[in-house]
Order: sequence, then structure tokens, then C-alpha cells
Amino acid sequence: MKHDDINALAHLARININDDLLDNITDNINSILSLVDQLQQANTDDVEPMYHPLDATQRLRADEVTETDKREALQANTPATEAGLFLVPQVIE
Amino acid sequence: MHHYTIAELMTSLRNKEFSSVELTQHYLERIKQLDSQFNSYITVSSEQALLSAQQADQALTKGSASDLCGIPIAHKDLFCTQGTLTSCGSKMLSNFVPSYNATIVENLANAGAVSLGKTNMDEFAMGSSNESSFYGTSKNPWNTDCVPGGSSGGSAAVVAAQLAVATTGSDTGGSIRQPASFCGLTGLKPTYGRVSRWGMVAYASSLDQAGPIARTAEDAAIMLNAMASYDDKDSTSVDIDKPDYKASLNDSIKGLRIGVPEEYFQDGLDNDVATLINAALAEYEKMGATLHPISLPHTHLAIPAYYVIAPAEASANLSRFDGVRYGYRCDDPKDLMDLYKRSREEGFGDEVKRRILVGAYALSAGYYDAYYRKAQQVRRLIKQDFVDAFTQVDVIAGPVAPNPAFGIGEKSNDPVAMYLEDIYTLPTNLAGLCGISLPCGLSSDNKPVGLQLTGNYFAEAKLLNVAHQFQQHTDHHKKTAPISNASNKLNSNK
Amino acid sequence: MEWETVIGLEVHVQLATKTKIFSGASTQFGAAPNTQACAIDLAMPGTLPVANEQAFRYAVMFGLAIDADIGQRSVFERKNYFYPDLPKGYQTTQLDAPIVGAGEIDITLADGSTKAIRIHHAHLEEDAGKSLHEGDFEQGMSGIDLNRAGTPLIEIVSEPDISNSDEAVAFAKKLHSLVIALGICDGEMSQGSMRFDVNISVRHKGEEELGTRTETKNLNSFKFMEEAIALEVERQIDVLEDGGSIRQETRLYNADTKTARAMRSKEEANDYRYFPCPDLLPVVLDDAYIDSVRQQMPELPIARCERFVDEYALSAYDAAILSDNTHIANYFEATVKQCNDAKLSANWIMGELSARLNTEEKTIQQSPVNPDKLAGVITRIKDNSISNKIAKQVFDALWLGEGDSADAVIEAKGLKQVSDSGALESMVDEVIANSGAQIENYKKADPEKRPKMLGYFVGQIMKASKGQANPKMINEILIKKLNELI
Repeated sequence: MKHDDINALAHLARININDDLLDNITDNINSILSLVDQLQQANTDDVEPMYHPLDATQRLRADEVTETDKREALQANTPATEAGLFLVPQVIE
Repeated sequence: MHHYTIAELMTSLRNKEFSSVELTQHYLERIKQLDSQFNSYITVSSEQALLSAQQADQALTKGSASDLCGIPIAHKDLFCTQGTLTSCGSKMLSNFVPSYNATIVENLANAGAVSLGKTNMDEFAMGSSNESSFYGTSKNPWNTDCVPGGSSGGSAAVVAAQLAVATTGSDTGGSIRQPASFCGLTGLKPTYGRVSRWGMVAYASSLDQAGPIARTAEDAAIMLNAMASYDDKDSTSVDIDKPDYKASLNDSIKGLRIGVPEEYFQDGLDNDVATLINAALAEYEKMGATLHPISLPHTHLAIPAYYVIAPAEASANLSRFDGVRYGYRCDDPKDLMDLYKRSREEGFGDEVKRRILVGAYALSAGYYDAYYRKAQQVRRLIKQDFVDAFTQVDVIAGPVAPNPAFGIGEKSNDPVAMYLEDIYTLPTNLAGLCGISLPCGLSSDNKPVGLQLTGNYFAEAKLLNVAHQFQQHTDHHKKTAPISNASNKLNSNK
Repeated sequence: MEWETVIGLEVHVQLATKTKIFSGASTQFGAAPNTQACAIDLAMPGTLPVANEQAFRYAVMFGLAIDADIGQRSVFERKNYFYPDLPKGYQTTQLDAPIVGAGEIDITLADGSTKAIRIHHAHLEEDAGKSLHEGDFEQGMSGIDLNRAGTPLIEIVSEPDISNSDEAVAFAKKLHSLVIALGICDGEMSQGSMRFDVNISVRHKGEEELGTRTETKNLNSFKFMEEAIALEVERQIDVLEDGGSIRQETRLYNADTKTARAMRSKEEANDYRYFPCPDLLPVVLDDAYIDSVRQQMPELPIARCERFVDEYALSAYDAAILSDNTHIANYFEATVKQCNDAKLSANWIMGELSARLNTEEKTIQQSPVNPDKLAGVITRIKDNSISNKIAKQVFDALWLGEGDSADAVIEAKGLKQVSDSGALESMVDEVIANSGAQIENYKKADPEKRPKMLGYFVGQIMKASKGQANPKMINEILIKKLNELI
């Protein structure tokens, strides 16, 4: 990976990587990718991917209201609110 | 008082040798005196602890007390605790006070346990040394130049320094078992789905499990009795009968078949560790168990598979930390993009950033099949290795880590070197099995070494039994860290 | 050079469940900001999703209604992107294993012909919250309300089988009435219960390859969709005729200015990095479950129409009108159940009631005259207590809330029709006695012209009786008595 590639990923992940860190992180990530490239050695023909360790299925919940208004408690940690809304710099479509 | 195990304390409390309040005060005093040496606590909750202790004393008087009633524990700062800072070892949540409890926190509180506070950890549970914590590294009480392991490093250091009787930790790739091993403790990772993940801040959802770190297998069993439950708020929680994990501790292990994987004893394993593990296996033979060489042929693929799957899941799990609804927000964001990018730049440490980027890459267009999908295929092969092995053996034994605790700073500049620490523990998480680490001796430079036992799905009772029997026949688990020395004043109180 | 248009629709339908798809918070419309957004909806640390059974039930119902394969093992995936109305930084949706597979919806065009529009698939997903750009808050900021976040949606994706805006509107309307008829969506377009994304491309007539398409998002009315399609087709043709090429982009239509533009945030292609959500397990629905949903399905408009013809002997025309809208159909049946007269019920609903509703821009659910009240009016017509004319007065009074029932109004206003033959005979006698000149004219008139002359006498009798004389009986008595005089 080159700096440009890292920057593209950083943009996807919405994280600034400043110049000081960019070199170091590019090297680190390249090492990690060398490590994980070992996966390609494995023969996985006809093997189903396993996304969950147990062979279980989803329980479906009854459609009943169980939550009440807890806005005050849940917004106690919010950096910026007004009139019950979460505030962010204006989103321009 | 701080030398007692949970089992011993249960007797003492009921015999009124001392009260839970006295016990709690004793621990709080020790924390005050000693924790600056270890940096194992992020938050100490003295007032709440004493309040809980008072309630516990009342229940003990009434005779309606469960096992953990009045027992001082601490929670890894990964578990949401209502009204108390839950930082996950990160600047991103350094101001986050949840209005809800994790299910395991509720369970332990309902069992009467007294929470002394929240323990230090690798940031967002990503790490094997506790060095990535925003709150500074935690130190191994056995040797303060060394790491306590990670990511539940603080939880392990707390128990090893006797600053709580037992703690909760989380294990995604070995984060309970490895610190337990480095700190001479017994740490259990339950089967995936055995313990609820509600309120445990997610790192890698299909791998994370909460579990106890304690001084003995018996104590771990007592903790698991309270921690484990079916939780309908967690879709991955399994509704399966929960045995009394204490009940079978004393079952005989004669005829127990122990599988010894050849792949766990190859290059890279420290000599001291190899010697101690072999000695432990010999001990088991003396107890009537039989050793069986087995092969887990896909072991070498566990590290690459894990370091694709875990970062991938983490990259999505950590997207919610964006400075909008809670958590760290950068100053004076000039627009939305700046809000996101700078809050996350300033809020996250380097290891977290690395893993998010690797994860995003593994899922990105053009790479998904070669990385993420491939890793999940390999995961099935790793699971199959275990399924096959368990048709021949009852438990699988081996080392926990390739070496005892390493020095602070020794591996922190080399992520890959750090990742290789996890080679023996990762397969358990990938397969979703249960695993336990128990002390099996000290290295030549006086550092603890752990023996790992891996059990079949939902076979925690058997695992704890096998561990307990070892602890009936050996005394490695009784050794304690040589804590210096402000503590000697307190020792006169037992 | 003739151009043809190729259109595919993606329709987001909000399911009428009581709670969110992954949490137990209420989905009720109109609550104060963030009072229906629980910890799960806010993506608080450590929270986890649990899937809502009713959302699946509704989705399966939709699939069965369009004859589609049901995905008996469906999987949720994470679609990753950052936006303030998307708290987790990903939307939980379905991709490779959706709940509903390929199906079909038939539409009827203006000329009466039908066309089959293929459905590619329909999947379940969670709705995002809302961003407010203006309000009681600081300038330069947007306010985020997450009440809507987590509301269950089915996204219905059509194949590009639609050829023009008429077909698009016909398809959209058909879908709209279907989901209302199934009871899975309230269809309140103004509340955002149904939103359309339109994928449009053009190509030369007869060409096989598809042109580059654009997507116009978030249209919430049939009219806006029609306008947006027309605008975009024109734009694309202009660009291509000028020698340019179409950029694949997402566009927003502004209904106020009647213009559209490319969306800023979507200008860069987004890599959504889909992967199966590890917090949710695959949802497996067995045959027994699918059958139970099938049993529960309400009658669909077509079936209802046929039944109206059979059961109520309505004409095909009347049946079609009455069965098209679920609420009207329900109203009709409730009325008939009470008064037992399908023909009168149909006439009153399609006539008087419809007219009033239209004038006042009310839906039938908002009608002040409910089926009980209307049935009351019809019952009194049938038993001759009132005439049709008086019935209209009664109806008006009920509409204005001047009484609780037809009987109450009739009583209060003394409108009861006089059908007592004795009383009626007296009335006729009296008018005859006072109408000497007209009687002479009648006697002298040509027998063929006489029926027309009755009007005068009837009019007098009605006047004298304030319209309450039973007209049919009056006619009979009048003719009999007049004939006696001849």
C-alpha cells in the first residue's frame, strides 16, 4: 500500500491520518497485510464461509413497545443538543 | 483479608470474622496505597462500593446471601456501568457515563458482589499488553518492568496485586487467558454465546466473550455461575441450560483424555514455557489422565484469519464513535467532515486506527473475497480441526502464550510481533469454544506461566473441573506476586 | 431519432409495526424529537439488535401477495457509510439473501391494457433518522432527530420494465393500494410512509444496451415522481443530443422549484463494504410459518372485486370502484352488513358520500357519517319512513353532527314520511278539493297527456306535507282518486 491508498482508506473510515503518522502507519499496515496474505495458501475450495461460530438462527422478538422516553438520560453525554435534537455542523446535500 | 479466595471469604463472612464493609474498606485502602505502582484501576468507586457492601452485610445477616454476596470485585472498563465512567481505555470515551448496565454487571450486582471500580485495558480491547490504553500502561505485579498482558491487563493486575478478589475481563483473541497467564491467575473464556454481550462495548462481535479472572478455578466457577445467563437482548446469546459450575469441580478425572496438539509445540515457544507445560501434562498423567498427540493442522492460519475478521468487524463497530451523540468531539469543527475526521483522529489511539484501516481494507470492493470471505472460510476449517479432535479427546492442552510477560515497550513498536503473541489463544475464539488459563509455574526469571485447556462447546463445567483438580494437586496458583511494600503495614490485618 | 426511456423503481415502504425493526421503541408518528429513540436506536456503546417478528410477517405477506419466492433463510448485512442520521455508521439491511425473491405486479394502463412489471426482490432494512436544516437552533447547524431511525422498511426493487412516467405512476399506485390492502403500511405519503427512488436511462429506440442511468431519490408523491421523471428524461435526451454523455449520479428533485440537481455527498462513489452483520443470526422461517402468514392474509383488491360482484350482485364497474381502496371497501361492507342493501349502499357511497368527501377533501376514514349512520339512513329509506329526498336532508344533518343517528334526526326534525293511507287519502282529497281548475283540465285532457299533469298535484301535496308524504303512495292514491272523478 502507498500513502495514497492509506489516505483513501482513512477517508472511507473518516479518520485524519496526519503526516507524522502516515509513514509509520503505512509500514505497519503493509506488514499486517503480509501477515494476512498467508491466508491465500489455504485450500478453501467448496468451504462455506463461517460468519458465526455456532450454527444458530435468529430469535424473533414480539412487536411490543418496551422502551419509554429516556431522552434526558441518553443525551446527558451529548456534546451539542438543542430542543432535543442532536446538533452537527450543517449537512449540505 | 486480601489473601483469601472467594471460597474462603464466603466462610469468613458467614462466620462473621469480618464484615463486607470491613473487607471492602481494606481493599479500598490497599488500592489507595498500592495502585500507583500498577496503574490497574481507571476508576475507583469507593462510595458505591461501601454502599453495596452495607447491603451485602444485611443480606449476609438475614442468611439470604448468594455465594458472591459481599465479595469485592472489579469490572474491566469495557463493561457499561450505570452512572460510572466507562472509558474502554480510550480518549474517545473518557467522558462517557452510561445510563445503563451491561448484563454481566447486573448479574454480578444481583448476586451481591461489591464492585470496587473499573480496570485498565488496551484501548477498545485491541491489544495484548495493555500498552495502548489512554490511561497509560498497566504494570505486571510480578515484575513492574513487564506488561500484565492484554487486553484485560488491568483486570489481571488487580487480582495479582490483590486489589480485588476477582475481576471481569473480555476475550476476543486471548484477552482473558493471556493476561491471566502473565499474572499467575486463572482466567476463563466461556463458549461464545454463554455469557451475554449486552452492554459490553463491541470489538469483534462474532469473537467477543466476557469471563472471569480469579485466583482459582473454584473462584472462576463461582463467578461464572453469576455471570452466565441467557439474555434475550443479545441475539447471539444461547438459550441452553446452565449447570452449577461448582457442582462438578470435584469429579474424578481418571481416564480423562487430554489432546496435545503438535502445532502448539513448535518453534517460537520459549523453553521455560515448554518445560512447565510438559511438567503440567506429566502431573495430569499422575492424576490418571491420558495424553494423546493430536493435530490441529490449520493452526498456522489462525493469526491471519483473526487479523482479518476482528479488524473488519471492529471497523464497523467503531463507526458509531463519531462525536455526534456521545464521546469525544474535537474543538470547533469547521464542517461535518472535519467533525468526523478530527474527532476520530484525536479520540482514537494508533492501534485502533491501524485495525480500523485494515478492517476497512479487508471489506473493500475488490478485496472482500480474497480477505474477509477467505478468512471466514479458513475459520470453518479451524473449527473443523477442533470438532474432529473432540471426537478423540475430552480437552485440549497447551501453552497460553509463546513466552512469559515481556518488557514494557519491547513489542509496542512492532504490531506484528505483538500479534504473534496470540497464536495459541486465537483458534479458540475463531471456533467459539471455551478455554481456561491456569498457573503452572514460574519461569527462570520468576514470571508466571499459564497452562491452557480448551474445552468443547458449553463444556465449561468440565473445563473448570479439570482445572480445579490440577489445583488440588499442585500449588502454582497459590503463589502470589511479590508486592512491594507499602502493603506490609496492612498485612497485620490478615 | 427516437428515444425510449427505461425506468426502474426502488420503493421504500415503512412497515406499520408498533416498534422498530431492531428495538422495542415505538414507531408512532409525530412524537417530540428523540423521545422514541432508545439506546439501541442511538447506537450507544454495547447495545445490540434483536429482530422484530412482525416486520418479517409483513414482508412475507408482501412476498406472497406478489407471488414471489420467500427467502426462508435471510441474512442481515451491514452497509457502511457515515451520515448524521445513521447512528451506527452503518445501515442494517439485506443483500445476497433477502426475505423476498423475484415476483411480479400487474398494472392497468389508461387504455385498459395490462402490463406485468417484474420485481427483482424485496428486502428488509432499517430507516434512518431525520436531519432538520432549519429550526430553533444555531445557524449553520443541522438538528438530528432519530425517532425514525430503526423503523422497519421493505425496499421493493423493480426490474427496469417501466417505459414512461404513466407506467411508473400506475406501478407506484398499485403498490400503494396493495400495501394498504395488506395492512402492512398506512400509505400516508405525507408522513413518509412510502418513498420512491427512480432509476432512469434513455436509449435509441430498438437499441438493446441500456444507457447510463441516474437515480433520483426520495420522491414522496406520485405527482412529484411524474414531474421528476419528465424532467430527467428531457435532461438526458438534451445532453445526449448535444453530444455529451450521462454521468452516473444521484439526484434530488426540488418540488417547489421544479428543478433537480446532483447530490453533493454522493458525488464520490461510496464503497459500502457490505458484510453479514455479526450481531444478528440468519433468520430461518419454516414452511409452517409461511403457511400461517398465508392464512392471515387479508383479501386483495382483485379478489375482493370479484367477491363484490358475486356476493352483492354489483356491476363490475361499481365493484371495481368500491374494492380499489381498502377503506372504502371496508366502509361499504360494514354498511351493507347493517342495512342489507348493497345497491343502495353502493349508490350512496359512490354518490352523495363521495361528493361530500371530495368537496371537503376528506378521506373516507375522516367521514363524519360512519357506516352505522349511513346504514341507518338506508334502512329508513327501505322501510319507507323517509323518501330519497328527505334522506338527503337526514344525511346532511348527520354530516354536520346534528344527531347521533338517522332516527334521532328524523325524530328531532319531524321528518318521518307519512305513509298512513288514511292520512294520505285526506291529503289528496284536500288538494283535489282546492284544485278545481286543474281538475277540470285533467278531466278534459288527452289520456296520454294525463300522467304528466300529475306533477302539479303531487307538488301541492308535497308542499302541504312539507315533503313528508310518501311519494309512491301519493301517486297511487292520486291516480285512483282522479280516475274516479273522470
